[in-house]
Amino acid sequence: MNRFTLSEKPLFAETLLAEAATPRAGAYVTFEGWVRDHNEGREVLSLEYEAYEALAVKEGNAILCEALDRFEVLSAQCAHRLGRLEVGNVAVIVAVTAEHRDAAFDACRYIIDEVKARVPIWKKEYYTDGESEWVNCPRCAAHAHRHHNHAHDHAHPRTAR
Amino acid sequence: MTRNVRVQYFGILREQRGCGEESRETGAASPLDLYRELAGEHGFSLDPENLRVAVNDEFRDWDSILAEGDKVVFIPPVAGG
Repeated sequence: MNRFTLSEKPLFAETLLAEAATPRAGAYVTFEGWVRDHNEGREVLSLEYEAYEALAVKEGNAILCEALDRFEVLSAQCAHRLGRLEVGNVAVIVAVTAEHRDAAFDACRYIIDEVKARVPIWKKEYYTDGESEWVNCPRCAAHAHRHHNHAHDHAHPRTAR
Repeated sequence: MTRNVRVQYFGILREQRGCGEESRETGAASPLDLYRELAGEHGFSLDPENLRVAVNDEFRDWDSILAEGDKVVFIPPVAGG
């Protein structure tokens, strides 16, 4: 069972576990991403996820397939929330089964890292001071000038050539 | 030569454009030409170097050739997870 899903409704790891359970598995690793009450020094009240659904599902499933190719895992699933979320809500769940724990941990880590970097999902944060902002590289968004070279402390995957 | 394309917007681009989707007749041959044309009209803040582009629900190169009826989506830096 390998499937990437988007959901407007609350996520529960138990749902994924029911689909992943197999007698062959000796390890089940899950990762949950939660809505945190602060980001970049600002107090977060709630947030909103928006997706380009057709491509997000396609890219998410491609990532799960890559995880199955790279690691000795039996199943890999990922579910991501859309819509309005409050602090403490589950934003994303990754669930992996494998015969042994090393592969399960590695695959889980691979999937969440790739999902964050590649799947077309966007997040708008609403702050306690009443402001709101789309979260991306603030320096990219702020500078409107071409050819302005600024140092990134993180990579943007496959940006335009 | 012009072609009709459909453009979908998400996230910060949707807000800057003020709508989620539009149909457009354009002389732009590539997604990069089309983005420059639209950015000039609507004052998009993001440079193409910080975006990716999809055509008909597949990632595409910026210099690929647009065809009649293509659906084009410009993809701001993603923030899932």
